[in-house]
Amino acid sequence: MDVVISQVFTGASYGAALLLVALGLSLTFGQMGVINMAHGEFLMAGAYTAFLTQQVVTNADISLLVALPVAFCVAGLLGVLLELTVIRWMYHRPLDTLLVTFGVSLVLQQAAKDVFGAQAVAVEGPGWLEGQIPILGYRYPLSQLFILVLTLVCLGAVAWMMRTTAFGRRMRATVQSRDLAETLGVSTRNVDRATFFLGSGLAGIAGVAVTRVTATESTMGSEYIIAAFLVVVAGGIGQIRGAVIAAFGLGIIRAFLTYFTDGSMAVVLTFLLVVVLLQVRPQGLFTVRTRSLV
Amino acid sequence: MSPRSAHLLRSSLPLLGIALIAVLLLVVAPSVLTPFRLNNLGKYCCYAIAAVGIGIAWGRGGMLVLGQGLFFGIGAYAMGMHLKLEAAAATGGVPDFMLNFGDGSLPVWWEPFRSGGFTIAAIIVLPAVVATALGAAVFKRRIKGAYFAILSQALTVAFAALLVSQIKYTGGQTGLNSLSSFFGYNLYDPVNKQMIYSITAGVLVAMLLLTWQLYRSRFGELLVAVRDGEERVRFLGHDPANIKLLAFVIAAVMASIGGALFVPLAGLINPREVNALASIMLIAGVALGGRAALLGPALGALAVGYGRTTLSEAFPDQWTYFLGLLFVVVILFLPAGLASALSRWGRAIADRVRSRPPSSRHRASSGVTEEVAA
Amino acid sequence: MNHFRSRLATGSVLALTVALGLSACGGSKSGEESAASSCVDTSGDSVKLGFLNSLSGAMSISETTVSKSLGMAAEEINADGGILGKKIKIVQEDGASEPTVFAEKAEKLIQQDCVAAVFGGWTSSSRVAMRPVFKSLNSILFYPVQYEGLEADRNIFYTGATTNQQIIPALDFLREEKKIKSIFLAGSDYVFPRTANKIIKQYAAEYGIEVVGEEYQPLDQGAWGTAVDKIVATKPDVVFNTINGDSNVAFLQAYSEKGLSAKNTPIISVSIAEEEAAAIPVDLTGQMTSWNYYQTVDSPANKKFVEAFKAKYGADAVTSDPMEAAYTSLYLYKAMVEKAKSFDVDKVIDASGGTTFEAPEGTVTVNGDNHHIAKTALIGEVQPDKLITTIWSSGEPIEPDPFLKGYSWWDPSKD
Repeated sequence: MDVVISQVFTGASYGAALLLVALGLSLTFGQMGVINMAHGEFLMAGAYTAFLTQQVVTNADISLLVALPVAFCVAGLLGVLLELTVIRWMYHRPLDTLLVTFGVSLVLQQAAKDVFGAQAVAVEGPGWLEGQIPILGYRYPLSQLFILVLTLVCLGAVAWMMRTTAFGRRMRATVQSRDLAETLGVSTRNVDRATFFLGSGLAGIAGVAVTRVTATESTMGSEYIIAAFLVVVAGGIGQIRGAVIAAFGLGIIRAFLTYFTDGSMAVVLTFLLVVVLLQVRPQGLFTVRTRSLV
Repeated sequence: MSPRSAHLLRSSLPLLGIALIAVLLLVVAPSVLTPFRLNNLGKYCCYAIAAVGIGIAWGRGGMLVLGQGLFFGIGAYAMGMHLKLEAAAATGGVPDFMLNFGDGSLPVWWEPFRSGGFTIAAIIVLPAVVATALGAAVFKRRIKGAYFAILSQALTVAFAALLVSQIKYTGGQTGLNSLSSFFGYNLYDPVNKQMIYSITAGVLVAMLLLTWQLYRSRFGELLVAVRDGEERVRFLGHDPANIKLLAFVIAAVMASIGGALFVPLAGLINPREVNALASIMLIAGVALGGRAALLGPALGALAVGYGRTTLSEAFPDQWTYFLGLLFVVVILFLPAGLASALSRWGRAIADRVRSRPPSSRHRASSGVTEEVAA
Repeated sequence: MNHFRSRLATGSVLALTVALGLSACGGSKSGEESAASSCVDTSGDSVKLGFLNSLSGAMSISETTVSKSLGMAAEEINADGGILGKKIKIVQEDGASEPTVFAEKAEKLIQQDCVAAVFGGWTSSSRVAMRPVFKSLNSILFYPVQYEGLEADRNIFYTGATTNQQIIPALDFLREEKKIKSIFLAGSDYVFPRTANKIIKQYAAEYGIEVVGEEYQPLDQGAWGTAVDKIVATKPDVVFNTINGDSNVAFLQAYSEKGLSAKNTPIISVSIAEEEAAAIPVDLTGQMTSWNYYQTVDSPANKKFVEAFKAKYGADAVTSDPMEAAYTSLYLYKAMVEKAKSFDVDKVIDASGGTTFEAPEGTVTVNGDNHHIAKTALIGEVQPDKLITTIWSSGEPIEPDPFLKGYSWWDPSKD
């Protein structure tokens, strides 16, 4: 029983980080059809923003909180820059966005290495994240709880925005029918840019969060990017609740597989599981209107 | 020049191109390059063989095969297992890593790879079987576009992780190395190295010829039709799934052959050569050369291989920038690759000779328009 | 479209290819070796040496600094008159963290650049990929990193520790000084941790230490949460950590956030040196390491080494075991060449046995039989400033025993 509880918690922690990365993707990929391989590097930018923030705000207890909005803006602006210079020309060929943004990700990784050095940098955690709280007999680490709460807050904010705000309506209208939305006076170009800002900014927030669980270095994005895409695809493109279930499902299944086999086999089996799932339910966990993307 | 001879010129241009490549690779290169550079060129040829297959599946078929590392790896490991057993013959027939990490006995499924004939058959049959199993389910269910790309990438990641985790069967992260001979020929003898190179270059030329015939066939035309309008092909009574499946299987077999030939040239194989990054690098050459052109993918792969070596020698710690920018510039500004620029130029000349307005026949073969909502 | 003509055309290109291929072919079966002749040219006033380190890719984190300390050694030697009066000319190549690239660049350095010897490599994969190249072209590789042993190649000199100079002394220390009864093994999933853990398990069986867990993660994955849950549950006396380089950050964060520390569950690491420690945002005070060199080693040679390194690469730069082993390797090569009075590979190898150098870590001596070097084992403890101080030493250099022939409990065929 102890094993079940501990692995559900450990898996949920990994799932939460994954969901935070996938949440931004579900906007840019799910809503706009852009396959942004540089999303992982926006995460890296967020993590380095946390490092730089710490150089200015040296009190580790507050610098991480200060870093969250800053990283959101930094990564968001990087996203808008990418949209303006590259992606806007490519909406009619989604698969090619994958290759272009892969090139961008190589450049960003090398740039980060030149600026910050090849060696990882240390982002200190705040004192109030040290320690654990007991839940059901499991000592749940506060830093994991922090990531989980942050993920839920972001999730709630995105869901609220999509459902109730005017911007959310414009976004959904643009996705459903670009021409009709245009006819109704929606500036779809502005909607595209704003969506990209939001999606990339979420990657920045994820970057700050994962400084608590992984090394802050130039290649850190590549650990998450493929798994995050799988979460979006498995959840059903454009389906946020699908992504939530897929992320936590993937995280918890992987934790149990790690427990009973080993770390490498867990990666093999979880990835195969998603491939099989997609063969059985090509449209993901939740049905979307079209079977092919876009 | 009469229209007839102009037409003849145009239809035989691809063949002239292949002949030119054959002469360059098989006559010029061995006589001007040092053994070391020739061996490098051989490795680029292996990537080019895989790239020709990607050209078929992606350029003509519209399927972005992001996971060709899987098939490259199947061929490479099949060949690697055979060569490893050859090398291990001196030490009791069991590879060193099995002695270190296993129970010292050869697993049953390694046994048939002692046979060269079985190995060569496996290099062709295994990827075909895997591709059929994967493709049948995927294409019948009409999974395409980004779904398919990410799915194939996930499979490659899983495959590379599997190779890493099964150290006593696969050599793990270190892979299959310390190979000594290739079907009895010493791998480190310069004469034999040149022979292996020649075989590789010859296979590349043969693959180009095969592809040329394929593109001229009914299948080639159907494949482009499926790419540009899958539903219409369906209404015409064909099953697009079968057409795509065949293209996918051909691409898989070509990647596998490229991988198999890579092993004697490199002298080893390990999971880093088959992971997601390696798979995307294969795509890079195809994109640069021109995905839908006949010669584009192969020439692009040769260029990327050469560029990687040259740039990394000249700028050991900065060359990643060039690689990244290559992707951006080519996809953004030259979506149909360098081949489109060349063939536009070539067609202009041919059209001027014929003094007729440019034909629209080749317009559809650029391959950059993608399916919109099915 | 005239099909007959096109068939004819295809046929003729194919025939042409086959003919060209055959004319270029003609292999020679194994056995009749065509001897590779060396192109090393030392007739001028310089000698070319190749440095082969990953400057790009995942391993550049560790290998860039090795390249730096090699460069510093070359500068020092040149300022001091060179080797046999010849100045060192460096040819630097990037191994790109890929074993196939290492093999390719090694061949380039030997055949195209005609270097007299090559220095570099880090991962075991890179070393075994290069091994047949050096053997077949008869050149020399100096490999500067501690590794899993079970190897001795005529064309390679191993200037890092083998297992009986790092793993086994660490176990002796834990058993005799810390009196441990149980141990937990955590490693990255590749050949070094797997071999090290195999040795540890046999050692533990011999001395009645209980192995309570063994966990691996792929090199590029940081999901250590589950493994740490197992550590929490099994409460081992010590965790033996063979995790590679940067993956340690994820492991130690997971370890620390679940309430583990040097006080309740100490770790002994064999891949965390000064550089890695600085990048881990977790309190490491009191955690142990096993190496043959620390920046804090108190010797005149080390004082000079550290000062020179800081002068060249900045006051914040730290020195670590692999950097020191690389630095030492170049000086050992100089000693071998001067003893052989020649750059000829065979003569250098013949002269190698017994050459010594006053290295920053202490006196090191080359073993002529297995091409490893005798080194002193040092157990260290991480300080609050992330530097490492020696808390236990083997006292004198330990003779290298890569195949562990001197240990009766070791049986390589046992899983």
